[in-house]
Amino acid sequence: MSAGEASPRLGELIEEAQRVLAICNACRYCEGYCAVFPALERRLSFTEHDVHYLASLCHNCGSCLYACQYAPPHEFQLNFPRVLAQVRKQTYKRYAWPAFLARAFERNGLAVALLTVACLALFFMAMALAGDPARLFRAYPDSEGSFYAVLPHGAMAGAFAVVFAYVILAFAMSFASFWPDTGELASEFVSPGSSGSATWDALTLKYLDGGGAGCTYPDEKPSFARRNFHHLTFHGFMLCFAATCVATLYHYGFGWKAPYGFWSLPVLLGTVGGVGLLAGPAGLLWLKRRRDPLLVDPSQDGMDLAFLALLFLVSLSGLLLLALRETRAMGIILAVHLGAVLALFLSLPHGKFVHALYRFAALTRFHIERRRPLPEIGSE
Amino acid sequence: MDSSRIYDLLILGGGNAGLCAALAARKAGLGVLVVESAPIHFRGGNSRHTRNMRTMHAGPLDVLTGAYTEEEYWQDLLKVTGGLTDEALARLTIRGTEGHLPWMKQHGVRFQAPLGGTLHLSRTNAFFLGGGKALVNAYYAAAAAMGVETCYDTEAIDLEIEGDRFIAATVRREGARQRLRAKALVAASGGFESNLAWLREAWGPPADNFIVRGTPYNMGVVLKLLLAKGAKQVSDAMQGHCVAIDARAPKFDGGIVTRVDAVSLGIVVNKHAQRFSDEGEDFWPKRYAIWGRLVAGQPDQLGFSIIDHKSMGKFMPPVYAPVKAASLGELASALGLDGAALEATVAQFNAAVRPGTFDHTILDDCRTEGLAPPKTHWARAIDSPPYYAYPLRPGITFTYLGVATDAKARMLMADGRPSANIFAAGEIMAGNVLGKGYLAGIGMAIGTTFGRIAGEEAARHVRG
Repeated sequence: MSAGEASPRLGELIEEAQRVLAICNACRYCEGYCAVFPALERRLSFTEHDVHYLASLCHNCGSCLYACQYAPPHEFQLNFPRVLAQVRKQTYKRYAWPAFLARAFERNGLAVALLTVACLALFFMAMALAGDPARLFRAYPDSEGSFYAVLPHGAMAGAFAVVFAYVILAFAMSFASFWPDTGELASEFVSPGSSGSATWDALTLKYLDGGGAGCTYPDEKPSFARRNFHHLTFHGFMLCFAATCVATLYHYGFGWKAPYGFWSLPVLLGTVGGVGLLAGPAGLLWLKRRRDPLLVDPSQDGMDLAFLALLFLVSLSGLLLLALRETRAMGIILAVHLGAVLALFLSLPHGKFVHALYRFAALTRFHIERRRPLPEIGSE
Repeated sequence: MDSSRIYDLLILGGGNAGLCAALAARKAGLGVLVVESAPIHFRGGNSRHTRNMRTMHAGPLDVLTGAYTEEEYWQDLLKVTGGLTDEALARLTIRGTEGHLPWMKQHGVRFQAPLGGTLHLSRTNAFFLGGGKALVNAYYAAAAAMGVETCYDTEAIDLEIEGDRFIAATVRREGARQRLRAKALVAASGGFESNLAWLREAWGPPADNFIVRGTPYNMGVVLKLLLAKGAKQVSDAMQGHCVAIDARAPKFDGGIVTRVDAVSLGIVVNKHAQRFSDEGEDFWPKRYAIWGRLVAGQPDQLGFSIIDHKSMGKFMPPVYAPVKAASLGELASALGLDGAALEATVAQFNAAVRPGTFDHTILDDCRTEGLAPPKTHWARAIDSPPYYAYPLRPGITFTYLGVATDAKARMLMADGRPSANIFAAGEIMAGNVLGKGYLAGIGMAIGTTFGRIAGEEAARHVRG
């Protein structure tokens, strides 16, 4: 991000957020919906860092917009969820690492994602072809260790290790610049009380519930659809990740080589997770297409769509690989699956996934603050 | 909206009272049409700006702590109205509230713990999650699900009343007039606080400087028609809920955020930089309702709440930033006041302040001596720059002039007998209970009680 280019717009956006937060602080009717309102009520005025923090605390459930007496067309034009959504994109760019890739948040659309998958898949195919052109299109029984017959294990593991290390480093660097700006100590973040509560909130999506009745998403009628599809997506992803971890342990710890049987732990975890990772992103996309345009920042649609599409593609190609691994199509599917997974991981630090990092940090800060006495900021 | 049909029940006004009547009447099997003058986004009259309902309860109830008995509630009401209330209707309202909570929840209203800074209301007032607009949204959704018909942007402009009987209403929608017939009418269309001409008629030229805190749609058309066609009047056009709000607020619909809660922490002067009332007479929640009238009585209906650095941040944050200055002279010039006069007023005030222990949570012993008017609590010298000021104007919230009703929500005719088929609920009849003064959350209590009664009684009337 070149600071000079984005600053004036960012400045206006922060000012708009500060205007909106001041109205909310004087009203407070929405206090019971989520963590954002109790957090803002601890303040009399809002610094730029407060704005980033509160924006990341917002889950965009939408309830406050429909309840708002000042929402458009009221002359105050107060659209709390949307202005915070717009701020979140700026948060992602501001704390992105490496910084020169911050523009990716603007351009990280579906086309880029699919192109990345295609390039990486072609790369894996070329790698297989370079060894022996025939082996990519052969059918292998499981007993012949199909995957590694096409692509050497070392090449796969090496590529993923490098990308994984990059992702971890990128997140660590982003967090390391975000957290000090909140004014909290690093030791506060790691104290188990607050981060434990935040973990619970994140795993249960506590605040994606509109204060108890469900989000007003995709429209005004409260529903738990979005939370449920998010659960399927997140926990599906985690099960797939667990499958990979177990498989890695099998490989290096016990010397058991893939492919594993249908009733083995890695395949069971991957299958269940994969189904969740198909249904979750599909459901989220379906909801997204029907949501109230007032609620969101449409400039982030590309980023959202790309992330959901990659998750879906990873899962779809993974499940196809499982079903067709003893056929001649396996080589191509394997290349596409590896391409999709690698593209997904490469996009993590500069795509929609980063919301998890800042949301978790914000929730942790919320719990840190909540343990402190309320500042004396008066009453009626 | 079908002018060939004779509706069971026509309800004029789609705020809390009208919707409670609609839900109750529909439950009893009536075909109900609600006519709302506002467009959908501004539906609900002043209910959309409310936040809680004052509720009687014998013990902890839902979000309410402790107990709030009928007697205590009644005494609170008696105190603020100075006896200008109908005890039977008031007690009916009070007793109704305890049963409203479950009924409201059943129709989708959700409650929340008292908001930050409102702990003093945790025992007496049940807060709506999301505020009054969320409540109104819930009721409209429930009404639609039950088959209540609703028309927005539709204004009642005439009523046909023969003797004590309602026949039809003329409404206007997109410029076209329609005549709507119904077997019964519930008038729930609020007061006349949005009608600037009517306010001027009542208050004279000072009304031009009033700010209307709530909906711009309460024009009092139905109220005026009913009074003209033989309804018995309660209260008078100058009674209402009028608070001092930030003078920079929009002319209409600014709602709660335009309040200024700094008054009791400093002094208030008029445009001649003179104080005019005891700012520390009682706790602010008990006094904010009189300051609208006090400011209305000042030249140009202007006041300035002035505090110094010591008091900043000790009251609910107002939405408009204060005028800030390093000296009183600069503050005066920023406000358009005479600098020497303001300095003299503050100096005189400071000299009169007696030593005491400041505590804003009790009626403390910080007071002035030998000053007129005095400041009887929380008086601290205004001497620590920077100085801050909030300009004040009267903010009219709602009016009490209304039609008289009986305990069945039947509108009374001028001779005191009830109308055959006209019922009234909400602000249009609140003056029966609230002849003057104000008690936080009582408007929603009156609207819900009489709305429900009106719906049930209309059903009884129609179904015989």
